[in-house]
Amino acid sequence: MELTDFFTDYTLRTITLGTAVLGAICGMLGSFAVLRKQSLLGDAISHAALPGIALAFLFTGLKDSNVLLLGALISGFIGTVWIRGIVTKTHLKTDTALGLILSLFFGFGELVLSYLKKQPDANQAGLDKYLFGQAATLVQSDVIVMIIVTGISLVVMLLFWKEFKLLLFDKNYAMTLGFNTRFIDGLISFFIVLAIVIGLQTVGVVLMSAMLLAPAAAARQWTNSLGTMVILAAVFGAFSGVFGTGISASYNNLSTGPVIVLVAAVFVGVSFIFSPSRGVLFKQIRLIRNRRDLELKKTLYFMYGIVEKHEDISRPHSIKILNGFQGFTRGTLKALSDKSWITIKGQDWSLTEEGFQTAENLYNTNMPES
Amino acid sequence: MEQKIAVAVDDLTVAYNYKPVLWDIDLSIPEGVLMAIVGPNGAGKSTLIKSILGIIDPIAGSVAIYGKPYKKQRDKVAYVPQKGSVDWDFPTTALDVVMMGTYGALGWIKRPGAKQKKQALEALEKVGMLAFKGRQISQLSGGQQQRIFLARALVQNAAIYFMDEPFQGVDATTEIAIINILKELRKAGKTVIVVHHDLQTVPEYFDWVTFLNVKHIATGPVKDIFNDDNLTKTYGINYKVAVQK
Repeated sequence: MELTDFFTDYTLRTITLGTAVLGAICGMLGSFAVLRKQSLLGDAISHAALPGIALAFLFTGLKDSNVLLLGALISGFIGTVWIRGIVTKTHLKTDTALGLILSLFFGFGELVLSYLKKQPDANQAGLDKYLFGQAATLVQSDVIVMIIVTGISLVVMLLFWKEFKLLLFDKNYAMTLGFNTRFIDGLISFFIVLAIVIGLQTVGVVLMSAMLLAPAAAARQWTNSLGTMVILAAVFGAFSGVFGTGISASYNNLSTGPVIVLVAAVFVGVSFIFSPSRGVLFKQIRLIRNRRDLELKKTLYFMYGIVEKHEDISRPHSIKILNGFQGFTRGTLKALSDKSWITIKGQDWSLTEEGFQTAENLYNTNMPES
Repeated sequence: MEQKIAVAVDDLTVAYNYKPVLWDIDLSIPEGVLMAIVGPNGAGKSTLIKSILGIIDPIAGSVAIYGKPYKKQRDKVAYVPQKGSVDWDFPTTALDVVMMGTYGALGWIKRPGAKQKKQALEALEKVGMLAFKGRQISQLSGGQQQRIFLARALVQNAAIYFMDEPFQGVDATTEIAIINILKELRKAGKTVIVVHHDLQTVPEYFDWVTFLNVKHIATGPVKDIFNDDNLTKTYGINYKVAVQK
């Protein structure tokens, strides 16, 4: 495949646009799922959508993606309502409810699919694509549906931004202020289910939750603002879609869904390691720097303790007398003299005026005198 | 002159699953008091506040705020939840959290503007947190987080304040800062109701007290009813020692 195909190949352009839009809406709404601590809800809903697809085909005999996705939407909703019902009406915890509904619905969906496969006519072929997704089957009308849904959810999100934020941060407080939290909750859930359902054809039931979570998890690493997080997640999601489609189109047999998800996972990996404030790498670097700095200051303070007893602070002392102090090495001495806190002459060191001042003010707020 | 009743609780009963948490509570809180609710763990102190505020549905009973149902009096009431009830790693700033106090008055969809921001900044100043307005909330200490919650309630400019353990996990400096604000509120004629754990400080901080242990035990001025008798009824025996001065 040539790079120019992206701009000339009509089918590829449609698919790329579709996966980009899908990635964007999933990233956007996925941020809410992650912050609501309902990451696994997406997984349960997408699995719960499978019987809807199978039954929609069984009853209508149509393979039109909109009909099948309507079925997915309905069974996805039934799954969500049942999860809520289990959590509120029994002693079971959320994770148990999610697990139960996920496997129950998925099992039932597989059952119906296998029944359909046994049917004599070959019309049912292709329903399997909803398991792992097949972006190649996206047509223009699918992409238009995606764009409309994304547009609507964007408008709703902007309208209810304040309410969403309040609910996500402090639900009880939102209640006392007079907001109908059930309505806001329902609204968020509704759009998450919608995003999942429109993604099924492309990414599939099994991997759909990764589309929701990965861009959001990556975005969280880079920002401490909800708005920025949602935008970043949408951008990461869109890029995952574009890159994933590009890679899978370059190698004939790779299915798009898993590639998109893997690209999203790369975003997550890079963000976990390289984010300046929350990333593992910079955290480690800061930790090491702080330790070194502390070591240095402790050595300086020890020297200060020796010097303090004499009237002339710049009087040279032998390096040997530092041997009793653990934290000191040749390297520390060098670093101290680089900071011009001390000067070294032969086997002697002496504190500079600056070094003395620094040491004096080092712990004067909270350090007991030793 | 007869004092106005700010909060009246009538026959309130609340249960989680099968176990009653609050049993037939009758309580009236006069306007302008600074009141502690005390009782052992599991006595239903937080539950009482939450059911007054409509967060928890009671099995029976009713609550009136200045004679009317809570739903009609929301603008008169502010709430400071327990600090531990939210995730402080939420991506937002101190100022943003305090702004949330204006959301109720704004109502649906309308966005906070310059006026709301000004109110929030004033509240931050009152709790001594103005310098931290842009700080990500996870980078605040426990005491600072508590002050942010307090500022959020102050923004509501209510007549009655409900606070769920505002002194929990805060250092001495913050505790003094908070109690000073509570006393200021009372001076301004507000009613302040605080779930409180430290019995030692009750006489010093509060002028009214409610003893609660699933059932309502006593409510009244600290000087009249904060005694061994009520403490024993609430906590069982051995509490004489704890408050002897």
